[in-house]
Amino acid sequence: MSHYYNEADLAKFPQISEYQKAMGDKFFAWYGEVFKEGALTAREKSLIALAVAHAVQCPYCIDAYTQDTLQKGCTEEQMMEAVHVAAAIRGGASLVHGVQMMNKANKLSM
Amino acid sequence: MSSLKARRSPLASSQEQIRQLESPDFQLPRFANKLKEAGLFPLKPKKIEIFQVNLGKMCNQTCHHCHVDAGPDRKEIMSQETMQICVDLVREHQFPVVDLTGGAPEMNPHFRWFVTELKKAGAHVMDRCNLTIILANPKYNDLPQFFKEHQVEVVSSLPHFSKNRTDRQRGDGVFDKSIRALKMLNEVGYGQEGSGLKLNLVYNPSGCFLPGDQGGLEREFKARLKADYDIDFNSLYCITNMPISRYLEYLIRSENYESYMTTLVNAFNPAAAGCVMCRNTLSIGWDGQLYDCDFNQMLDLPVESQNSRHIRDFDLASLEKRDIVLGQHCYGCTAGSGSSCGGAVA
Repeated sequence: MSHYYNEADLAKFPQISEYQKAMGDKFFAWYGEVFKEGALTAREKSLIALAVAHAVQCPYCIDAYTQDTLQKGCTEEQMMEAVHVAAAIRGGASLVHGVQMMNKANKLSM
Repeated sequence: MSSLKARRSPLASSQEQIRQLESPDFQLPRFANKLKEAGLFPLKPKKIEIFQVNLGKMCNQTCHHCHVDAGPDRKEIMSQETMQICVDLVREHQFPVVDLTGGAPEMNPHFRWFVTELKKAGAHVMDRCNLTIILANPKYNDLPQFFKEHQVEVVSSLPHFSKNRTDRQRGDGVFDKSIRALKMLNEVGYGQEGSGLKLNLVYNPSGCFLPGDQGGLEREFKARLKADYDIDFNSLYCITNMPISRYLEYLIRSENYESYMTTLVNAFNPAAAGCVMCRNTLSIGWDGQLYDCDFNQMLDLPVESQNSRHIRDFDLASLEKRDIVLGQHCYGCTAGSGSSCGGAVA
């Protein structure tokens, strides 16, 4: 059965460099740098990545950062709170546009 | 949960475990070939620094991941006669560290005598304590004091600072008992700065994933255990779950075997492979058989040295020349930062 998203394809991620090596190499070097311990801990970055993975709804990223947060010792509660943060921002992003709707409605209405 | 042996599971047999690990169905590269590529084959031992003694398979717990298949039903236990030979060898060769493991080593009726004799022989003694044994019976309640009197280093399993994650791996109620036992150890001075009494914790993943960075996890464990329970400890050792025995059963049952083995293979780290514990450790089984490590012991893979496979035939010169016995399970010690009884190695 064919799928748009195949779990095994995650391991092939490095192959994107085959069509554009210079850019691919730069991306992976930068990616590795981003997730190192810094002003934020690697654990905090992993939870942010898990939240963003849900916001962008990337199945590969969700698999990868579920595993990564578990490896870094995060609890299930922390992981789900991160997902709620993503959901709150997504939901809030829609709702805050309600102000724009209200502004326009007020302008158009008597 | 009961042992594989009690359930008469096919995986109670070490041959069946090896058959699974060596199965060609999964097309995993041979561990020995990986070592050849890294210039480490054949793997040779260095000087023996850790004399690791398995005092028996009897345990008050039946953890889901146990590589020993230990439990209350296991009756294999080291005799005092075999222990005496261990003491004599430690005295003769001055092995600096004796690492006591099991099962629950404290359940061996000669445990306290053994520790006392090993100290007299000049060894630093480490006890792999599952914590709950301290509360399992009144006769064990004074173990913290006994450990203190004999300056025993205590190495205790605590797979997570959350009750949920710990109990899922080690059984209902284990977390609360472990916390009480840690408090008892802290009260006599273990884990306290300046006491000289070392209390190290062992983290191993509660599932099908590798341990994360040891330093980061140690910081998190220290912060959470202090804030939530006012518990102190010295170091956290991160240990990768070895794909044998009950953890192997879990991997197969949860359909994670192939992905876990692939993860281990892909994470092969030559730097970790050069520092594996079998190079400076000798493992002694409850019956006196000699092994390169506790994992080979559980797979019934004795040392290669034909004339020195039992402690009564101990021949240091022959053991130092041996090739270390390898298998596909060895990937568990070489993944990522590596894994040993003392945690990450690279």
